[in-house]
Amino acid sequence: MNEQHSIIEKKLPKGRGLWSDGFRRLRKRKLAMVCFAIIIIYLLLTVFIYAAELCDCEIGPTRWDEKVGSEYESPSAVNILGTDFLGRSVLRKTLYGVKISMTVALWASVISMVIGVPLGAIAGYFRGFVDEIIVWLYTTLSSIPYILLILAFALVLKDKTINLRWAGLGVFDLSGITAVYLAIGLTSWVGICRLIRGEVIKHKDREYVLAAKSYGCSNSRIIFRHIMPNVFHIIIINFSLRFVSFIQAEVILSFLGLGEKNRPSWGAMIDTARLDLPKGYWWEMTAATVAIFLISLALNVFGDAMRDSLDPKLRIQ
Amino acid sequence: MITYIIRRLFYTVPIVFGVLLVTFVLFNVVGGDVTDQIAGKSASKEVREEIRREYGWDKPLFLAWDNQFFAYLKNAATFNFGRSWSDRELIIDKIKRGAGPSLSLTIPMFFGTVVISVSLALIVAFLRGSVIDVLAVLVCVAGMSMPFLSFILFGQYFLAFKWGLFPVFFWPDLSPLRYVALPVLIGIVAGLGRNLRFYRTVMLDEMRNDYVRTAFAKGLGPGRVLFKHVLKNAMIPIITQVVLAIPFLFLGSLLLERFFGIPGLGYLMIEAIAARDFQVISAMTYIGAVLFVVFNLVTDICYSLVDPRISLE
Repeated sequence: MNEQHSIIEKKLPKGRGLWSDGFRRLRKRKLAMVCFAIIIIYLLLTVFIYAAELCDCEIGPTRWDEKVGSEYESPSAVNILGTDFLGRSVLRKTLYGVKISMTVALWASVISMVIGVPLGAIAGYFRGFVDEIIVWLYTTLSSIPYILLILAFALVLKDKTINLRWAGLGVFDLSGITAVYLAIGLTSWVGICRLIRGEVIKHKDREYVLAAKSYGCSNSRIIFRHIMPNVFHIIIINFSLRFVSFIQAEVILSFLGLGEKNRPSWGAMIDTARLDLPKGYWWEMTAATVAIFLISLALNVFGDAMRDSLDPKLRIQ
Repeated sequence: MITYIIRRLFYTVPIVFGVLLVTFVLFNVVGGDVTDQIAGKSASKEVREEIRREYGWDKPLFLAWDNQFFAYLKNAATFNFGRSWSDRELIIDKIKRGAGPSLSLTIPMFFGTVVISVSLALIVAFLRGSVIDVLAVLVCVAGMSMPFLSFILFGQYFLAFKWGLFPVFFWPDLSPLRYVALPVLIGIVAGLGRNLRFYRTVMLDEMRNDYVRTAFAKGLGPGRVLFKHVLKNAMIPIITQVVLAIPFLFLGSLLLERFFGIPGLGYLMIEAIAARDFQVISAMTYIGAVLFVVFNLVTDICYSLVDPRISLE
């Protein structure tokens, strides 16, 4: 009897969870891993610049406003990407733009996730009146054209101060990128909310939820400990693809003058390059384009690969 | 059918109300009283009072009979948006004037994109798995990742400025055909990646169906199967995309209009942003949302016309 048992154990492959299995599949895709490396490099660069600014280290990108040569120097061995109209290094500005873009996209993701996921889960789980209110709220927001909504939020929030002293948090100055990521975050939770609501509705009558209910689990425990882990891959996939649109939205807002003013961002670089391009100074424009293109491409490809390998429904095919 | 339309119309009322509530809260509560901005630093008290009275900021926000919100609802219902801060022109006149140039840009751009991407998607889906298919998907993803601004800037620089194939900038004397050509071309190229990829997925789903195999088995050529049988069945997602995109056509293209100096609604909004003219943005938001709600209704009606299996209940 014991012997039989061990034979069966030897034959069976070791069981893998959803996540480890998903990542195994993901690792097999060479292109996706290259893209993942690019994303990691961008993230590391952001962390690196933050750390350097915190400890006042004078390295590369944090010294972007230093004059490194004459005006409009074309790319050379010294200044790899040339200089801008004040003789500042385009390479340093581009690298610093990574920080601005990634910060905006990360905060926008966090804000829209914090709003969208609980609202979607509550609407899908409780249905009834709460559901109707939440659905009304996101239908309303989604009937306003997205670009107009973002513009309206960014325009109104720009240069405002929020007084949160009553909550013991002090006064917040909504200058620069804060207004940008607030505007993007507050407008883009709609998609994730709708998605989560649909998923929760699908899950809430399954046996495992009924079992949890019969054990006497509270509603919040069922939602966050039982249902959420089962829909979490959808959130992750959605965000890796949505990150691109956040980055591009930041570029457009900065370009329109609603974003960061005092520090270099890709949108602002394109804005200055707009007038430089006809004069033949192509490097600043190209640098910003390539920087945006690389991270967008990496996120697009990696997001697709993640969807293919993490979604258990696609796995069977 | 008529009862369905009436019921749907009633359903749009809370949505439009919600949009008005959102824009009101955004511009009048969060944005607040911006008299100082309009009047400037050295305006007299009387001038300030007059401005407050004109825009109704001397009234309470919600809790009164003559509050700002009711006035806002009334103005929105009658499409009376008041005058712009910057040049005192009626906002509705500005919008009417901008609609023409915007539509002359966005309509050819939009239909060009749909026709080209749907036909290409059919061909690519037919060749699925081949080198062409893989290449097409790669090009699409690359096109999606390219920022729109770069398409515009490099397109304008090379095609118009350097090689002189198109006029660089809008000029009232030019025929619309001339100055709209390059923005339309850029818009189509920039949107092709995303659209082609979307329609390719749609077509691939459709190609797996049995009727396609039957059609091929009957001996029909690929052209006939693709453009007659598959296209007809793939109409639902195409209609959704097309009809829901129409309200955006009225809004014009913010960036394209800015770069090519086309005096449309996108340009109007850019100007309003620069002047921090909340009234214009608020009016545009409302009109955009109303159009969206209306065309949403049209989409639902179109569904039942295209696919009789969809019931109106």
